[in-house]
Amino acid sequence: MTFYGTELSSRLMLGTAQYPSPDILAGAVRAAQAGVVTVSLRRESAGERAGQAFWSLISDLGVPVLPNTAGCHTPREAVTTAQMAREVFNTDWIKLEVIGEQDTLQPDVFGLVEAARILTEDGFKVFPYTTEDLVVAERLLRAGCEVLMPWGAPIGSGKGLNNVFGLRAMRAHFPDVPLVVDAGIGRPSHATQAMELGYDAVLINTAVAQAGDPVGMARAFRLAVESGLAAREADPMDERDMAAPSTPVLGLARFA
Amino acid sequence: MRITVNDEPRDVTGDTLSVVLDELGYGAARVATALDGLFVPVSRRATASVTDGARLEILAPMQGG
Repeated sequence: MTFYGTELSSRLMLGTAQYPSPDILAGAVRAAQAGVVTVSLRRESAGERAGQAFWSLISDLGVPVLPNTAGCHTPREAVTTAQMAREVFNTDWIKLEVIGEQDTLQPDVFGLVEAARILTEDGFKVFPYTTEDLVVAERLLRAGCEVLMPWGAPIGSGKGLNNVFGLRAMRAHFPDVPLVVDAGIGRPSHATQAMELGYDAVLINTAVAQAGDPVGMARAFRLAVESGLAAREADPMDERDMAAPSTPVLGLARFA
Repeated sequence: MRITVNDEPRDVTGDTLSVVLDELGYGAARVATALDGLFVPVSRRATASVTDGARLEILAPMQGG
């Protein structure tokens, strides 16, 4: 699994927000064997130093970081945030979020394409948080994106894959583009389903961080991703509408 | 002079960004800065002028999804 020429150790990407404690976050990242962790930037007062402590925790984990532009509503905000993130986290990777609607946190796909173009021209490697819209996907690729991250369901909703048809169409339409289901995954079975559909990776945060036992859930997601990938590679059977006996009928005893 | 730091009014005396950051106590902290909405990289802090009424954003690493 490679993103922009960088080989990842795992197809499970893990968010770092909303954990009960830094120790539990670190435990979850290890249990997940996460290939990437997502991070963000926020205001910090000089005396606070929370950001410095967080940075040292993340550095110690030794997992590649993918900073986001969460909370940005315009291309301008997203571009400035990305520039600041590149310097602070020392990476040209950026998870580009341009939010268009407050209730669903649906991406503003018009602003997203514009910001992706500006950032790519500035040397960024853009991971756009997008919808499953194929036309938008095409525009993002044309803007220079080499990875697409469609939502499964609204961020933090835990609803899983809301539009399986759309996600399957996206996979079929872009067979060679790394695709990641980002947002909305609530349970390991959703992650397995995404991998079975042929997605290259999944990005999870709330489902792990807000579980009763985040470290246990991180392990469950690791197994789920592994399972879905193995299933995909093993070429699943086709569905059918009628029953077909799995036990041979030939040689069946007759008692009447 | 008075500037705004992360939306809070602050009185500072320095006239370049690097001096102002020291004055505010950020020293060697791992932070990124923007002046009046535009990113100012570390390499330009020593020459970036801070004027009365400037809006300074100082961002640090944070948990994110």
